[in-house]
Amino acid sequence: MHVDAVLATRTPAGRRRRPAVWRRGPAAVLGGLVVGAWVFAAIGAPVLTRYGLDEQHLVEALQPPSLHHPFGTDDLGRDILARVLYGGRYTLTLALSVVVVAGAAGTITGGVSGYLGGWCDEGLMRVTELVMAFPAIILAMAIVVALGPGLLNAGFSMILVWWPPYARLARGEVLAVKHLEYVEAATALGQTRWGILRRAILPNALPRMIVLATIDVGGAIATGAGLSFLGLGATPPTPEWGAMVSSGRDLLAQWWVATCPGLAIFLTVIAFNFIGDAVRDSMDPRSRRRRS
Amino acid sequence: MGRYIFRRALLAVPTLVGLTIVTFFVSHLLPADMVLVNLGDQAVRSPELVAAFKHRWGLDRPLLVQYLVYAGNLLRGNLGTSIATHRPVLAELALSLPATMELATAAMAGAVAAGVVLGVLAAVLRDSKVDVFARGLSAVGVAIPTFWFAILLLALVYFQLGWAPPPGRLSAGLAPPEPITGMYLVDSLLRGQVDVLVDALRHIVLPAIVIAMVCLGYVTRITRASMIETLAEDYVRTASAKGLTAWAVIVRHALRNSLIPVITIGGTLYAQVMSGTVMAETIYSWPGIGRYAFTSAGSMDFPAVMGVALVVGAVYVAVDLCVDVLVVWANPRVRYR
Repeated sequence: MHVDAVLATRTPAGRRRRPAVWRRGPAAVLGGLVVGAWVFAAIGAPVLTRYGLDEQHLVEALQPPSLHHPFGTDDLGRDILARVLYGGRYTLTLALSVVVVAGAAGTITGGVSGYLGGWCDEGLMRVTELVMAFPAIILAMAIVVALGPGLLNAGFSMILVWWPPYARLARGEVLAVKHLEYVEAATALGQTRWGILRRAILPNALPRMIVLATIDVGGAIATGAGLSFLGLGATPPTPEWGAMVSSGRDLLAQWWVATCPGLAIFLTVIAFNFIGDAVRDSMDPRSRRRRS
Repeated sequence: MGRYIFRRALLAVPTLVGLTIVTFFVSHLLPADMVLVNLGDQAVRSPELVAAFKHRWGLDRPLLVQYLVYAGNLLRGNLGTSIATHRPVLAELALSLPATMELATAAMAGAVAAGVVLGVLAAVLRDSKVDVFARGLSAVGVAIPTFWFAILLLALVYFQLGWAPPPGRLSAGLAPPEPITGMYLVDSLLRGQVDVLVDALRHIVLPAIVIAMVCLGYVTRITRASMIETLAEDYVRTASAKGLTAWAVIVRHALRNSLIPVITIGGTLYAQVMSGTVMAETIYSWPGIGRYAFTSAGSMDFPAVMGVALVVGAVYVAVDLCVDVLVVWANPRVRYR
């Protein structure tokens, strides 16, 4: 294609543009539907499936997908569909709680850091940078090894490595408003510092924190499932998706054992990413213009 | 430029010290029951054995002393002794590092090359099929769980199709080349062993694709977004108005400036590659530090895991330094910020 044609397609006058809502919309709606379906499946699992999450039928072990077992059975003859449905409970709860707790902790840390300033700010920001210097999963692995494997410990270790981006973002937002007149007014009215931070300053940071959190859920799901896959998170009988993929790791001929729970992780992560992109675009017009 | 590099390198020193403090505190303040894990249920009931174990590993001394000992050991290149193998952690890391470097470099090179080309094509041919494909691929690449993708690829390409060799670095009958760098591809090339080179290449393809896939999404996205912005600049219009070919405008004028954001995500990419290697190496039996971290984590071998975390963190600091220097080199305006 000649450059003139290239340029013509991107000059505002020559470009046919569909409304922004439509370009992001379908993906976001699809993402919402997928997430909604998983939440519904996780809650309604006992009603949706005829099999229990730990129901073993050894005679039916390692059967390929069929009408009776749409996702096949694993090496202990457990119905994989049932376990995938139940598995959402662990994977989703873990990721959501990590994002919520780490997001809140990071927001408060960053808020306090930016508001107080001085050596407190310096110190907290250095700690933030240090934690960010480790790839999340490696530091989380180290912490889980220290604490011992388990879903709770995996969640705790993820929180320990997950908060710094929130702290940085919140700090920036606080710095942007802390010298504005209405904050001074609150000071003049004699509010306590904590009160000012909580009522006058942090609410400003909230929209962008929510954007970051929505974008972040996908990553938290992948990391949480990854820890379980490595045997550091959920332990075997638990139908956590990452742990289920791990149990099918060596069963290359029985592809369904690893494929189905992995597909669940993949669909959920991509759905959350779509939602996150849409939320960001709707809250931050600048990124909408820049991105597409 | 020289002064900038020096100042920036000095800034890395406190970060490195901080890293050791983080690794130290993770290893000492969290309730790691190293004693129980390493002595077993029976021995832990005997107070003498526990005391002897603690004394042997210095666990009975004050924290500050323990940190100073730890830091002094690090300075002398002593990362501690693996509890599982009783060998120095540094020696074990040195053995596995070349394997990871080989794999990570192959993956990064592939991902950056493919990602930049795809990103540029997507930006230039916006809303075309290529663009839709590029956006789809990067959405998938960012979202796909590495460990799952690794297993799928292994099951399909090795098991079903038989196009790739089984996991490992070399086929069973083949002796690795005499080590020069420890990287089989480089060593076999230097020693002129074509059969080993071909075999090593065949083995590296799948795990490299797995790791590359993680980066590909990020590189494509950033290149595309940045290229779209650059293409809207006036100087691009000028270049095209004065009659330069499309190639010259896109590659020589637009792409060069669009690459700066791609450099800045170097640190993020490194982190992605490192988490990718843990999964890819574990599944493809690749004897690098990722698999070392995994096996050590499995046996609760604390010094080993901390060694990996420390080395990975230290390399991150170095990567970060390189990224900053590269950005200044590519965009001199940053220097005077």
